[in-house]
Amino acid sequence: MLIKADHVTHTYGDGPMARTVLHDLNVELAERRIGVIGHNGSGKSTFARMINGLVVPSEGTVTVDGLDTRTKAKEIRRRVGFCFTDPDNQIIMPTVAEDVAFGLRRAKLSADEKAARVQDILDHFGLAGHADHPAHLLSGGQKQLMAMASVLVTRPEILVMDEPTTLLDLRNAAMIGRVVADLDQSVVLVTHHLYLLENFDRVLVFNGGRLVADDIPANAISAYQDLMAVRR
Amino acid sequence: MTSTLGLYRPGTSPLHRLPAWVKLVALVVLGAGAVFLTYWWLVVGLLAVVAGLYALAGFGPATMGKQVRPMLFFLVFTAAYHLWTADWRRAVVVTGTLTALVLMAALVTLTTRTSRLIDVIVAAAGPLRRFGVDPERVGLMLTMGIRCVPLVAELAGQVREAQLARSNATSVRAFAVPLVVRTLRRADAMGEALVARGVDD
Repeated sequence: MLIKADHVTHTYGDGPMARTVLHDLNVELAERRIGVIGHNGSGKSTFARMINGLVVPSEGTVTVDGLDTRTKAKEIRRRVGFCFTDPDNQIIMPTVAEDVAFGLRRAKLSADEKAARVQDILDHFGLAGHADHPAHLLSGGQKQLMAMASVLVTRPEILVMDEPTTLLDLRNAAMIGRVVADLDQSVVLVTHHLYLLENFDRVLVFNGGRLVADDIPANAISAYQDLMAVRR
Repeated sequence: MTSTLGLYRPGTSPLHRLPAWVKLVALVVLGAGAVFLTYWWLVVGLLAVVAGLYALAGFGPATMGKQVRPMLFFLVFTAAYHLWTADWRRAVVVTGTLTALVLMAALVTLTTRTSRLIDVIVAAAGPLRRFGVDPERVGLMLTMGIRCVPLVAELAGQVREAQLARSNATSVRAFAVPLVVRTLRRADAMGEALVARGVDD
């Protein structure tokens, strides 16, 4: 699947309050594992949201397999799943199984097929034992797993994750990293936990709304650390 | 602070196995019929029936108490008002009826998966399709309403904790303003998440 940003510029607000967060971004992504890093406010989350049409660029176009996010966002969202930083924002239904099943409500599947898919994904993520538990009472790591399960149950081709480990402790962050590594889908992962990107195919570095580095993980991370002047 | 008010509790009781639509219709009938409960002994009898239904569903007095606790202040105030303006019979009728309705509504959610409740609402809203109404949207409205009860309670608890950490002073404005701001921000974020899950499609 090809994600393409063509002369993308994005500005939030207007007038004196306007803030341009992406400047003339041009990039094509076809790799299976793509990392996105950058300082707070560098534009990486905005870029991530553009991939599934949550944000439409002020200028330029973002396409996913030739589909323009400006006009084909609904179709793109069937192919591109999105996980947010705070899984609490994604919880809709009271119990874990119901929340995971929610994404299939409009799917053209029989009740048995839906139930089987939900059970499958709960088993895969080790949440089967929590199926009837209140979703909002899970631990942080479990909530993030549930959020991933609720997105992946619809079988998207790409999963975009915006800092899914920011609110997690080291152990849970590593767990999410292992889960991501095993996914069949292509993944675009925005993160501050640089170690999660070690085995990725490509890492993009954003700085001040511009793509300043685009390389294999080791080189990109090194460039980022130099930028942040935290290299040891 | 999290609220477990009326949250589904798995079980195999006759009430759990009753179809969702039957329970909802019974709730509507009870709500409509409550206006005819003018005798205090009828209301006491109704409360006894409700207590019996809770026992049948496998829930004890503690669970019943949890459902009523959030409105205790309101019930006490209402009882006191009617004692003052009328008599003890009137107080029993009004507060007893309110209590019975709240308990019955909670019992429905305790014994019915939310997804089943939504299925009933979506099916009931089906005929409105000809008027341009999307039944799934109606179901989503109900879902978000249920979701927001523990959510706002949780946000309120967090705001209160932050307030206490900074000062022991109680200020309504210092509580209400951040609560409203955080609730709106959370609503925004949830809206974005719904769109990302294709719910707006």
